[in-house]
Amino acid sequence: MMQKNNTFARIFNILVYVFLYLPIVVLIIFSFNDSKSRTVWSGFSLHWYQELLQDEEILAAFSTTITVSVIAAVVATVLGTAAAIGFHNMKRRPRNLFLTINNIPMTNADIITGVSLMLLFVAAGNILGFSLGFGTLLVAHITFNVPYVVLAVMPKLRQLNPNLGEAAMDLGATPWQAFWKVLMPELRPGILNGMLIAFTMSIDDFVISYFTAGSEVSTLAMQIYAMTRKRISPEVNALSTILFVVVLTLLVIVNVRQVRQEQLNEKRARALRKGGNG
Amino acid sequence: MRTKSAAVPYVFWMAVFVVIPLVLIVVYAFTNYDGAFTLENFDNIDVFLQVFGNSVVLALIATAICLLIAYPFSYFLAQEGPVFRKVAMLLIMLPMWMNFLLRTYAWMSILENNGFLNQLLGLFGIGPVHIINTDIAVVLGMVYNFLPFMILPIFSVIDKLDHKYIEAAQDLGANKRETFRRVIFPLSLPGVLSGVTMVFIPSISTFAISKLLGGGMSFLLGDLIEMQFLGSAYNPHLGSAIALMMLVLVLVATLITNRFGGGDEGTVLM
Repeated sequence: MMQKNNTFARIFNILVYVFLYLPIVVLIIFSFNDSKSRTVWSGFSLHWYQELLQDEEILAAFSTTITVSVIAAVVATVLGTAAAIGFHNMKRRPRNLFLTINNIPMTNADIITGVSLMLLFVAAGNILGFSLGFGTLLVAHITFNVPYVVLAVMPKLRQLNPNLGEAAMDLGATPWQAFWKVLMPELRPGILNGMLIAFTMSIDDFVISYFTAGSEVSTLAMQIYAMTRKRISPEVNALSTILFVVVLTLLVIVNVRQVRQEQLNEKRARALRKGGNG
Repeated sequence: MRTKSAAVPYVFWMAVFVVIPLVLIVVYAFTNYDGAFTLENFDNIDVFLQVFGNSVVLALIATAICLLIAYPFSYFLAQEGPVFRKVAMLLIMLPMWMNFLLRTYAWMSILENNGFLNQLLGLFGIGPVHIINTDIAVVLGMVYNFLPFMILPIFSVIDKLDHKYIEAAQDLGANKRETFRRVIFPLSLPGVLSGVTMVFIPSISTFAISKLLGGGMSFLLGDLIEMQFLGSAYNPHLGSAIALMMLVLVLVATLITNRFGGGDEGTVLM
């Protein structure tokens, strides 16, 4: 596989990106359109960005989305990390059983997860006297988020030296200290990765929210879906453009930092080797 | 450390919010409004079989197209340098940060009868072609939305292929084509299978894409379920019966993948 790519391969791959980004480009360009049309360009304006700042419905939906995603990601991270540690220390049989159940929300169709939770919430609500709303939405999000955290943390636990905790305790650490000061730093990349995936999944979700949020609260995706019935206001294009630019910027910063860090580490390692030889 | 008990809260959570809801689907599917056992929810199944068939066919076509795009893409990409590969994969994931309904809605502007595609074709004196509100538009929407789910697992498998196998094949006299057919392709099969399920399952169950790009002309299994729970035809018992059929389909698809993919390969999707 070490041969160089030919022109055909390059063009093929470029076309895939064109396909993926074409609607995004359309969306971004028309967020600056002067009129409401989504096919006819009538001049540059920041009109929709100004409207956006005054649209309480969209801003409320946006804040619901962020609130749900942040709380769900944090709760799922705690629950999922604890679960992964527990599963890791179990015998093979119960571990495999629990991991299989853990996989269900990930492999199942979203619509089935959505309607099945809706059935539960409506039935339990009738008995306990609550209705669909922010609470049920949050529980649903946590439910589909935890599996990703478990899956991100498990490999880190497998790489862990099993004697590390005991060594710490032999040296006088309490079990809690051993956990926080020795195990936690080893697990941190997996936990953070899991939290990021969980957050992304929450932000991106439409189907499960649609069935579990009821009619009182609305996420941004639900708001957009309701709008597609009539006509999507270009304000939403404006908001998406802002979000897209923010994510792009964050990705660039994180990656540039990572590359720098790697280069730095390499330099240090080289300096150390030199020092050792000399 | 003996910390099995750390899993207790989540095991409890799974029992209540994963297992019981699925049991409820089965219960609702086999009961009527009064809670009595019945099979009447499956009475009209022959009417739904057409929708079922239509959904399966469209989902299969979308999955096949995704595979035909994603495999060569991943194969070509794997031959680029490490930084290039990393950036390229980030660019594959980036669109997912923009709400999929909006991106699908943007396709409406492109495909409409007086949309960008027809404006472009008009410049060359072709068209207008009628795509919006047809099955073609729905399949395009599926391919567009789920293509990254096919690329990710296939690329990660091809990218991690041990080059020694390929060198060994070449040393033993295999030409390029044979190396691909007998070494690279079989080794990348777990990624392919994982990608196939990850595209097929959301395709078979979508209702938003068919509503936006199919315009009600293309009625899928997902639309049918949505209608029973939140739409005009409110009937959670019938909805559960259809959801149960879909669940069986999802289960069969997953089992086939696991059977050929072998054991732990589900982790490829991370």
